[in-house]
Amino acid sequence: MKKLASIAAMSALAMGLSSGAQAADETLGAVKGKGFVQCGVSTGLPGFSNPDAKGNWEGLDVDVCRAVAAAVLGDASKVKYIPLTAKERFTALQSGEIDVLSRNTTWTQTRDTKLGLNFAGVNYYDGQGFMVSKELGVKSALELDGAAVCIQSGTTTELNLSDYFRQHKMAYTPVVFDTSDQTVKGFEAGRCDVLTSDQSQLYALRIKLANPDGAMVLPEVISKEPLGPVVRQGDDQWFNIVKWSLNAMINAEELGLTSANIDKMKDGNNPGVKRLVGKEGPKGEGLGLSDDWAYNIVKQVGNYGEAFERNVGTGSPLNISRGNNALWSKGGFLYAPPMR
Amino acid sequence: MIINDDKLPDLPPPPSTVGVIGWLRTNLFSSWLNSLLTVIVGYLLVINLVPLIDWAFLTSDWIGETREDCTSGGACWVFISVRLDQFIYGFYPEELYWRINTMYVIGVILITALIIESTPKKPLIAAFTLIIFPIIAFYLLYGGAFGLEVVETHKWGGLTLTLVLACVGIVASLPFGVLLALGRRSEMPIVRSLCTAFIEVWRGVPLISVLFMASVMLPLFVSGETHMDKLVRALIGITMFQSAYMAEVIRGGLQAIPKGQYEAAMALGLNYWKSMGLIILPQALKLMIPGIVNTFIALFKDTSLVLIIGLFDLLAIVQAALSDPKWLGYSVEGYVFVAFVFWVFCFGMSRYSQGLEKKLHTGHGAR
Repeated sequence: MKKLASIAAMSALAMGLSSGAQAADETLGAVKGKGFVQCGVSTGLPGFSNPDAKGNWEGLDVDVCRAVAAAVLGDASKVKYIPLTAKERFTALQSGEIDVLSRNTTWTQTRDTKLGLNFAGVNYYDGQGFMVSKELGVKSALELDGAAVCIQSGTTTELNLSDYFRQHKMAYTPVVFDTSDQTVKGFEAGRCDVLTSDQSQLYALRIKLANPDGAMVLPEVISKEPLGPVVRQGDDQWFNIVKWSLNAMINAEELGLTSANIDKMKDGNNPGVKRLVGKEGPKGEGLGLSDDWAYNIVKQVGNYGEAFERNVGTGSPLNISRGNNALWSKGGFLYAPPMR
Repeated sequence: MIINDDKLPDLPPPPSTVGVIGWLRTNLFSSWLNSLLTVIVGYLLVINLVPLIDWAFLTSDWIGETREDCTSGGACWVFISVRLDQFIYGFYPEELYWRINTMYVIGVILITALIIESTPKKPLIAAFTLIIFPIIAFYLLYGGAFGLEVVETHKWGGLTLTLVLACVGIVASLPFGVLLALGRRSEMPIVRSLCTAFIEVWRGVPLISVLFMASVMLPLFVSGETHMDKLVRALIGITMFQSAYMAEVIRGGLQAIPKGQYEAAMALGLNYWKSMGLIILPQALKLMIPGIVNTFIALFKDTSLVLIIGLFDLLAIVQAALSDPKWLGYSVEGYVFVAFVFWVFCFGMSRYSQGLEKKLHTGHGAR
């Protein structure tokens, strides 16, 4: 399938470039003309993009779409969500069916350089981790020598796992399943001591257990999976807008701005806040947006921390800790360039 | 000497051959092997059915709003009832549900009228169902005329989308199939080879790759300006694919009609289309009902393959609902519900076709 995707991408490059290049600089204009942002999301990934009981899309990836809509159109609800499978996602972006792809897509060199796409930042630092039963008494992945490990077949997870155990000269027995549901059932039935998957998935899988509190996720992360929004290559203005929409959310958290307090704080004396809400500094000119673009994002979507807690953190059943996704000042990786 | 001409009344049959016991003896315990099988199968049924019924009915939860309402330990049907609207209407705006409901009501009335035998003016109703109703349904679902707001197809979903895909596929593939089958049996070489090539190509590829081509490759070949709706692409793919299958079923039926019928039609001086329309096809279609319905049922179930191109049919929308963090872990309930809905529709089609066969059975053929 990977091959197929790259063939699709190459043919897109070969024949679609002409039409793609014409459409390039026009994404902002087209979005303003249409009155909504077309945003590619997943067909259902807990906490990142999933429909709620009323059919509204919610999740951390969805909030990036909403932030872009708030910045460009001043209304976070003006998003048209296009659910995409993993195989369709890049074609949909290349062919212009969507304006931004926010579908927990890992930023890799191949994708960034060969597919005619640009990654506009990272909105979640994911990585492969381990879940064990608390009864096992294991506190670190390095104590897992000789363990039976439940994995889903045909994923890079399998390769990462074998690399990790070989590197640390440990033995393991793989127990391979077809789907994530089966993997959980296998873990629950005691067929293995450890379940491995991307960390963001582990928390969702944990809820599916009969007794979620009996299992814990180990602190080790054995692979890098930076997930972020993607745009078409060649439209720098749109690329900047998506990039700075995400940066604005992160900077707002650093400044302590939330959707609840921004109206009170914007009239204060903090120069950082003044620049963010567009009273001083670069404002919206360079991006081609109105001066209150960042204010709209924080007011309507919230800062990054709010989005995180609401969708995957303490405010959601997933209960993922900030970990790597905390601000740089709090021990995480999130570091947005200053808005000045 | 007394001669009694009256027959003695028949003695009742031995009690072990009538009633429940008799039935059991002849059907379940006629030999030691059958008895053994009966006992084993009966045991398996009991140990599996009892927990199943217990799970699905006795200890299940039906009423509530959140997962906290599921306390009995059995099936949590609350998950289904909370999202039933979404499973039926997809992402359709809630205030416009009446449009889908109107379409369902009209559809059900028309189909009931067609099924009931004593309805007057049946041909008129059939023509209305096949020609006018799809237009009404289109404007109700999509809008864009008569003051109805446009609801784009990416908001369609759930059972409604499944039915749209299945009905369009079924209604469109039958005429195409008839034409292709006639074309393949035609004596005109170009028509024949074109039809044969079409059938063989579409029958030779899996539906999943047809859908994948339609959704992933097609947009790359056409320029960015001419956007064809994803649903339309899928519908065209499904129709092409099903027409090829339908053509072969119909060709089988055409071949079963004795040559004498063709000759008789010609002897009457009927031209090709009249002899086909009046003599051959009515007989052939009757023979083909099981085959055609078989194809329809397969098509109905195949519609759920559209989930690989990100269209939310019934199965896909249940899967999407399963990814709601608030409802993780209720996959069994979800899949049981989907299976039940599919079964209801497929079983309904199958029963209707059996009724149709009985009604149209006029004593020809080998039966």
